[in-house]
Amino acid sequence: MKPEDYQKLVQQHSPPRPLLKNMLWAFFVGGLICTVGQVALNIAEKIERTKAEASAVTLAIMILVGTVLTGLGVYDEIAEKGGAGAAIPITGFANTVTSAAMEFRREGFLLGMAAKMFIIAGPVIVFGILSGFIVALIKALILGLF
Amino acid sequence: MSNRLGAQTVTFSKEPRILSSYTIVGPMEGKGPHALDFDEILPDDVLNQKTPEKSERLILEMAIEKTLSKNNTKLDDVQFLIAGDLLNQIISSTFAATTYAAPFLGVYGACSTFAQAMGLGAALLQGDFASQVLVGTASHYQTAERQFRYPIELNIQHQVTNHHTVTGAGAALLGFADQGPRITHATFGAVVDMGLKDPNDMGSAMAPAAFATIKQHLQDTELNLDAYDMVLTGDLGKQGRKMLRLLLEKEGIQGLDRLQDGGSKIYGDGQKTGAGGSGAACIAVMTLGYALNKLKSAKARRVLIVATGALLSSLTVAQGESIPCIAHAIVLEA
Repeated sequence: MKPEDYQKLVQQHSPPRPLLKNMLWAFFVGGLICTVGQVALNIAEKIERTKAEASAVTLAIMILVGTVLTGLGVYDEIAEKGGAGAAIPITGFANTVTSAAMEFRREGFLLGMAAKMFIIAGPVIVFGILSGFIVALIKALILGLF
Repeated sequence: MSNRLGAQTVTFSKEPRILSSYTIVGPMEGKGPHALDFDEILPDDVLNQKTPEKSERLILEMAIEKTLSKNNTKLDDVQFLIAGDLLNQIISSTFAATTYAAPFLGVYGACSTFAQAMGLGAALLQGDFASQVLVGTASHYQTAERQFRYPIELNIQHQVTNHHTVTGAGAALLGFADQGPRITHATFGAVVDMGLKDPNDMGSAMAPAAFATIKQHLQDTELNLDAYDMVLTGDLGKQGRKMLRLLLEKEGIQGLDRLQDGGSKIYGDGQKTGAGGSGAACIAVMTLGYALNKLKSAKARRVLIVATGALLSSLTVAQGESIPCIAHAIVLEA
């Protein structure tokens, strides 16, 4: 059998991905995480003076939640069900950093944990900064700030 | 060349036997349907070690020790230690081998390592190069996961075609005796690459290798699958098993009811392990546990073990290359 023919055969017989089920779970889990975030924001708004401060506190709380749940070995179980619903919120970002830090701790504090902490989160930061720069550039051009 | 049969099969007329063996599995495998087939089930997979790499090494050493003590064999009486695992530079086997004075032959065939090591061990015995050879392979879920996939706690949604690396080790002492399961043939496989690139579906990638080795073995020995009471493949998993059946059916090979897959069988349905088990330990513990028990209890007389391996490297996968695969077969007779 030629490789191309076999590749076709594999495609025909690959189990279908449960897209609808995955999407519903992502919607539910992602929604749940955001609801927790909203509750945190509502409380923070009562304590903090400005909205910006309140949102910063909320982010810190959600990062803490993601980190602790990762350390307890719970977050990967949530993600197993929730998929992108658990990966996209900031708790998921906290999880990528924490899980890498936990994993590479054994190779040393500096060259293991610290160096490899962003091995998976790295691209998010790189493209976050890049897209932020581009959007700011577009805004500056539209407003004629140059 | 009298010990050759056809293009790829070798025969062992001197009847090297498995003198003793020992299988160790982790707690997860211990909850699977084959728990009773294994010699030892670990209460946890860390074993008070600082790293899972150290645990993997320790499990392999334990399996080797117990195999030797079961047969009252001293290390000095073993002329070769053939071992392998999944880690880079087969480091677990190398470290385990530092404990022993016997000459060490490190082998790598991914999840097929065990059959490769058994075949080579039997060949050394057949060639009069040794009177006793020790064979061992090990793998660990946590060490394999980090080397081939992602950090354990990362938010990854596993797919149904994903494999779960077996934590465990299997070791066997090969030599000459009046009784015990014999290794009668080995068919060493050629590398098969069908151009598949998805590391989340290694079963589909490995199935053509299993098919090629089975077909070649049957051609070399002029036998049908019916000649065996069981054909134990591993670790194709549920998806790979399906693809192998399709390939064999297309070829018109009879006796598919003899096929069983170690990777698909080692875990129960509710254990969330995707397609099933994999790793250098999987087919080792399924052969030395499940298949040997069948031979010993006379539920089977003749078993064909077809161990498959996806010879991928995380580096080449990241560079978008295909997954070369291999399958080695050995025949065990009661």
